[in-house]
Amino acid sequence: MSDHSVYLYAIGDAAIADSEVLVDTTGVDAVAVHTLVEGPLAAVVASVDRDRFSEESIRTHLEDLEWLEKVARTHHEVVDRIARVHPIAPVRMATIYLDDAGVRQLLRDRAVELAATLDRVRGRSEWGVKGYAAPVETSAAEPAASASDAPGTSYLMRRRTERDRVARRRERVAETAEKLHQEFAQLAADSRVYPLQDPRLTGRREEMILNVAYLVDEAGAAALAQRVDAATGNELRLELTGPWAPYSFTSLGES
Amino acid sequence: MNGDLYPSGRAHQLDHRQESTNLADILERVLDKGIVIAGDIRINLLDIELLTIKIRLLVASVDKAREIGIDWWEHDPSLSSGRGDLAVENRKLRERIGELEASNGEGASDGARPRRRTRAEGVTGDE
Repeated sequence: MSDHSVYLYAIGDAAIADSEVLVDTTGVDAVAVHTLVEGPLAAVVASVDRDRFSEESIRTHLEDLEWLEKVARTHHEVVDRIARVHPIAPVRMATIYLDDAGVRQLLRDRAVELAATLDRVRGRSEWGVKGYAAPVETSAAEPAASASDAPGTSYLMRRRTERDRVARRRERVAETAEKLHQEFAQLAADSRVYPLQDPRLTGRREEMILNVAYLVDEAGAAALAQRVDAATGNELRLELTGPWAPYSFTSLGES
Repeated sequence: MNGDLYPSGRAHQLDHRQESTNLADILERVLDKGIVIAGDIRINLLDIELLTIKIRLLVASVDKAREIGIDWWEHDPSLSSGRGDLAVENRKLRERIGELEASNGEGASDGARPRRRTRAEGVTGDE
């Protein structure tokens, strides 16, 4: 019994325990997930190998992108499947308890907070909107046949003009993005602004200029999708992702 | 793992399947969003920064990076022409120096190469 730990995926209503969605849902290491019910709440859990999910082992594995990707995707898939059918609060990846009792205790100790969190996301889903500033075409014009008597100066002037032009445009696009965010937020029950991702992370050349998650009901989601499509222009490209389980709107803070 | 992890902006117009969801988007959420509960096993996931992961990945394996769709350096002239990513390059250089030190430095007499020694310490301190 001590060779297994309990991986916690999400917390939802006790009704999840009877849900068909759990029947063929498997988590990390292809172990079927099940629920632990405590009063009105259920925890979605699955057992994992204690050694491989020890503190030290996880820390080491986090350095391994293949492992990280696999666990992250599995975690996400479990959460995602259930979230399509039930209101749930996803738990951060790699939250591990030594036994069921620890999870049950959590459900009891934080019942009020957890219930309030579930109520907030009930009937709603999370959508992400990212905005990218289209790359500025640098004026590829070669130094215009150095007719100038001071080619160095004219080069510097050109460089400065170019730099100013790019900066002005960036500012303009950022302003537009901010306005759109304000507008989108009106459609949402809540929103979270996230740090902009580095181009090295997005794998795109365009600079990210907006990164927000919105918590919306069904009508809000439809309206948001429509607005995002309509607002996408030449300078600012918007991308909608979702529906996500409400990852961004369930933070309780560490106990 | 179908190599199509960066679907362009129309994902929402297709159905809602997420097999091909961008790994960065997933990591952004599962690593530091959701309910944060200590659990019994204490792991600080915030220790790993997404960018660090990517850089590690690039240093470790170009093939793997391509596989999951990270190939920006191939399309960006300012990066492929050798100016490169300074952080990565720096790190590589320091690692290389570290290796050379390690294989070379043992027989050296004390105080012979104080400057290099300092650098080597910098390398280990970084890991």
